[in-house]
This record gives sequence, structure tokens and C-alpha cells, in this order.
Amino acid sequence: MSPFRRSPVIIAATVFVYFFLYAPIVGLILYSFNASRTNVTFEGFIPAYSNRVVMDGSLVVSSPCGPFHWYCDLAKNDDVTEAAGNTLTIAFTATIIATVVGTMSALALQRYNFKMKPFSQLSLYIPIVIPEIVMGIGILTLFSQLFGWINQVLNLNGDARLALGMATVTVSHIAFMIPFVTLVVQARLQGFDKSYEEAAMDLGANEWTTFRRVTFPMILPGILSGALLAFTLSLDDFVITFFTNGPGSTTLPIYVYGLLRRTITPQVNALSTVWILVVFVAIFLLQIFQNRNSTQHS
Amino acid sequence: MTSEFAVEMRDVVKKFITPEGHEISAVDHVTMQIKNGEFFSMLGSSGCGKTTSLRMVAGFEWTTEGEVFIEGKPMGHIPPFQRKVNTVFQSYALFQHLTVFQNVAFGLEMEHVEKEEIKQRVGRALEMVQLTGMDRRKPKQLSGGQQQRVALARALVKTPEVLLLDEPLGALDLKLRKEMQLELKALQQQLGITFIYVTHDQEEALAMSDRIAVMSHGRVQQIGSPVEVYERPVNKFVADFIGESNFLEGRINSISESEAKVFIHSLNVELIGIPISEGLVNGDEVTVCIRPEKIRIVEEDIPNQNIFCGKVANTVYIGADTHVFVNLYGIKLKVWEQNFISRLHSKLYAVGQDVCLALAPENTLVLKKD
Repeated sequence: MSPFRRSPVIIAATVFVYFFLYAPIVGLILYSFNASRTNVTFEGFIPAYSNRVVMDGSLVVSSPCGPFHWYCDLAKNDDVTEAAGNTLTIAFTATIIATVVGTMSALALQRYNFKMKPFSQLSLYIPIVIPEIVMGIGILTLFSQLFGWINQVLNLNGDARLALGMATVTVSHIAFMIPFVTLVVQARLQGFDKSYEEAAMDLGANEWTTFRRVTFPMILPGILSGALLAFTLSLDDFVITFFTNGPGSTTLPIYVYGLLRRTITPQVNALSTVWILVVFVAIFLLQIFQNRNSTQHS
Repeated sequence: MTSEFAVEMRDVVKKFITPEGHEISAVDHVTMQIKNGEFFSMLGSSGCGKTTSLRMVAGFEWTTEGEVFIEGKPMGHIPPFQRKVNTVFQSYALFQHLTVFQNVAFGLEMEHVEKEEIKQRVGRALEMVQLTGMDRRKPKQLSGGQQQRVALARALVKTPEVLLLDEPLGALDLKLRKEMQLELKALQQQLGITFIYVTHDQEEALAMSDRIAVMSHGRVQQIGSPVEVYERPVNKFVADFIGESNFLEGRINSISESEAKVFIHSLNVELIGIPISEGLVNGDEVTVCIRPEKIRIVEEDIPNQNIFCGKVANTVYIGADTHVFVNLYGIKLKVWEQNFISRLHSKLYAVGQDVCLALAPENTLVLKKD
């Protein structure tokens, strides 16, 4: 056993890390059950002994949903459900496309040598390292210039005019997700011996069958990690979405930001709690899947 | 069979560009003809071009110049999945996500063989490599030797005309390797398939092969049976690479039809009655090669018998043999003497002891200087 294991410094550091990582999350969840509408102080849980909502100033005295009052409130909020729908639509669409493109570029970078390879590799890091706000402004400029030009050339009017919306948000998300997917898959490919593919071809499989039956199943865990990373990045992206969304494409982060500008009610906490739960379950399922895979392999 | 040769490489060159931009010839004008049903080995140290040659037969690399023929047909740019050869990889390359059964069945599925027939043939193949009952395991759950057998079964189940083996026993420990050598050889004879076997282990090549191609720097140095390459190496490289040798530089002094007198510069003596190969003439500078186990230690000097006397420099007892290093006019010769009689009863040679060495003419090889 390491002599540092029980050192008070290590214990203190550990406590600090866990405190700052999880105290805000625990607090956020706790406040989603808050009886106070203003959500500044915790006024206790909401009792459930009435079949209608009773308010006393900013305090919820009773609710048919009990402590889950704000969750019920949330479910009745059409704006939230629409924003959640938008967020998931964008995240799923963008993840699928970015995962396919990202995986293909990782495979190309791993197995071929071409003149532009160092540049291609470098260009993958640029979207990751440049400030998101710069990228957001850049994408916005691109879309407005491009759309303006196309609208003018094709003489589009009214509803036919190209404008910011779901499509522009999705395309922007795909753009910033591809490098993450590529880098994660590339890391996985490092340990992938090309003799597996040679063996498959040697046994009579053509290139496509080799990919389908051997390469793809073997790198699938890497692709899934990349996809999950991309998916969560899309779910909580604010900056780029802020610049590229339009009417009817409000996502959850944009919606929450809008709520904050008015009053923070525990509805925001309830929404965040549901969100955390969804992401947590997704990661948990992926972990189970990957563990099952690796135990089968070793 | 359309061709006398299972595989033929005709004047094959393979060039690679190094990352620094230099062009190197991994395989340099290699020609070899591998007969049907033959156990043919390519032997050489790493970087000699043996693996690249094998990969060109398999179709993983294309030739820069020259042509590879399989069953008499030029292979050109035919991809691996359309060649009637199968490979056993050094790393085995077993599909980790599939079971043993699925691994072996893979090649048959590619041929769209009926499910029932796949079951039977995979079963027979696993039986042949003594892995019956292991079919539901994953490769990682098997030992190195078992994985090796799966790789073998996976290639053999396709009933190829030619089986290519790239150092297949390299990852196994010595004892298992020896066992597998015998098994592989027996399997090859039983199936009558042509084996092309790449190895850097000379003993392995000698033990298993019908013929061996000794390679170095991308070139074939010699092709011959194990006995030929050991007993009649064509040059100093082969003599040095296979087994051990004493090399002495000399000059042909006089030559008759089949015998010559060779003057050894370093010893300042003349060896007489030496059989020589063709193409040598009087006055040629040559390298004389004598295997250490073919030198006899004798009691006394007999004139005109190629017997020379010196002092023992060192003695190393290694169980089956004793290695004696003898100082002969300033040159150290290795002599291996088999321990016919227990050394408990017959004493080892002492350092400084006077001994005479008999260099029998028939065991003395004369090689042209490279």
C-alpha cells in the first residue's frame, strides 16, 4: 500500500474535489422540491394534501403532485416540451451524421498516407481549441452571408427564404462534433492491428464485408464512446446554438437561459434534474454495454 | 493441377519508400519455384525480405516488378480474397469478437457454404487441431498454443492449395514450439498441401522443410534441401548463417580435375586433396569453411593428412558436446566433440594441452570469395 494513501492532504483534496463537483448538483436537485417560488432559500418540501395548487404569496402551500409540484408544472409547459423535442432531434440527427463522418475520417487518417495528412490532423484540433464564441460568430457570419446571397440569386421571398432554424443548428453541431468523434475513434484504432483485416480478406471477405464483419464490430466500443461524447456535447451546447438558432429551434439550454432572465423558479431545477437523470442513465447503460464487451474479450 | 509449380515468383522486386523519402528494395529480384505438395521455407534474419515475399504471394502487397504465379496463373493485382491461398499470421489475427467456431467458420461463410456443411467442416477442422469442445470459447480465453491451432484450423478449413505461414510458432515457448513443429510437418504430409513457411529459426527450417530458401538483404542466397544448404552452402553468408563454421582465407595453389591444394594464409600451411566446385581456377582467392563438428581431435601428427597441431585455448562442456577452442598458429578454431563417453571417466581437454586437429578433405568446403 502506498504511504500517501492515508495522508490528510490527500483526504482533504479528495473531499474538496467531491464537494465542488457534487454539492452544486445535490443542491440543484434538492431545490427542485422547494416550496418557495423565488428559489432563493429552501422553504421545505411541498405537502400533497390537496387536489389543487394553493399558493401563499411566493410559497406553494399544497399541490396534488406533492414535492414533485415543479415537475408537474414542467410537464404542462408546452415551451419546455418543444425545446426538449428540438434538443433531442438535433442531438440524435447530428450525432448519427457526425459519428459516421468522424469514424470515416479516423479510418482514413489511420490507414492512408497522403500529402495533406498533417494538415488534416491539425485541422481536427482547431475547432476544439478555438473559443466556442469565435466559432459561433464564424458560423453565424457564414450562414447569413450564404443565405443572403442564395436568397438574392434565387429571388426567394417570404417563407421560402432560407433562414436560421433547426437545420442550421444541426449542421453547426455536426461541425463541432466531428473532431471529437474522430479523435476518440482514432485513439481506439491505435491498438487495431491491420492483420485482422488482412486475415478477413485472406479468408475470402471483400473490403466491404471485412469492414462490416471484422473492423466495425472490433472498433464499435470506440465509435460508441465517440458518439456518446458528441451526443452529450450537443445536448448541453449553448454558445454555438445561441448564434445559429432561429424561430422554432429553441433548445433546452437556450430556453433555460431565457427563463433565467425572468425569474428563476424551481421549474428550472426540475428540468435540470430530469436532464441529469437522462444523461446519467445513458452513460450508465453505455458503461454496462462496454463492460460486458470487455469481459467477453478477456 | 494446371502447373508443375504451386507458387512461382519470377524476378520479383518490391520497393518501399521510407518515411524519410528514400527508396529501399525489400525484395530484390527474387525468383523461386515452389512445387506442389512441398514444404518450402524462407529463412533469414529480420529485414531479409522473407515476410514481404510471403505477403506478395498472399496478395497483401503488390510487386513493384516481376510477377507472382499461383497454380501457373499470374496474380497481378488480384486481391487476397480472390487468391487460392490462406495465411496463418504471426500474431494469429483471430477475431476477438467471435467465438472459436465463428472464427473457423468465417472463411466458409464467405464462400456461402451451407450451414450444415459449415458445422461439419468446422468440427472436422477443430478435431484435426485437437480443439474439439473449445468451439464456444473466445480467443482470449485460450492459451497461446491453442490460439495458434485455431489460426491453423481457420486457414485449413478452406482447403487451400497453398498454406502460407508467417513465423507461426514465433510466440510459443521452446518446448511447445518443438511439439508444434512435428505436428505441422505431420499435418502437411497427411493433407498433401503446399506449405510456404517463413522463419528466422534455422533449426526449425532444417527440421521441417523439403527445401529452404536462405535469404538476405532481399535476395535469395541459396535454395536447396536442408542437407544441401548445410553441407554445401554456396557462399560464406549461408555457411555462416546456418550452423557454425570456421572460416580460413586461402588461395588455390594447384588444381587437378576434382581436387586442389589450398594454401591457407593465416596458418601458412597447405591443405591437400580438397574437393572443389566448378568455376574455380588456379590462383583464385577463396574462403575455406570447416564445420566445428567435422574436425577430429587426434593423438599424433601424420604427414600429408591435413593434420595440424596446436594448443587448447579453452574448453566448454555443454552436456551432449564439448566445445574445444584450439589455437593453431595464432588462429582460433572451434572444434565440437560429441561426448561419446561420460566425461566423468574421460577427462576434458586442459587449457594449454597440445592437440592435433584432423581436417578431413571431404569435410572442407572451398567457397569463392564474394
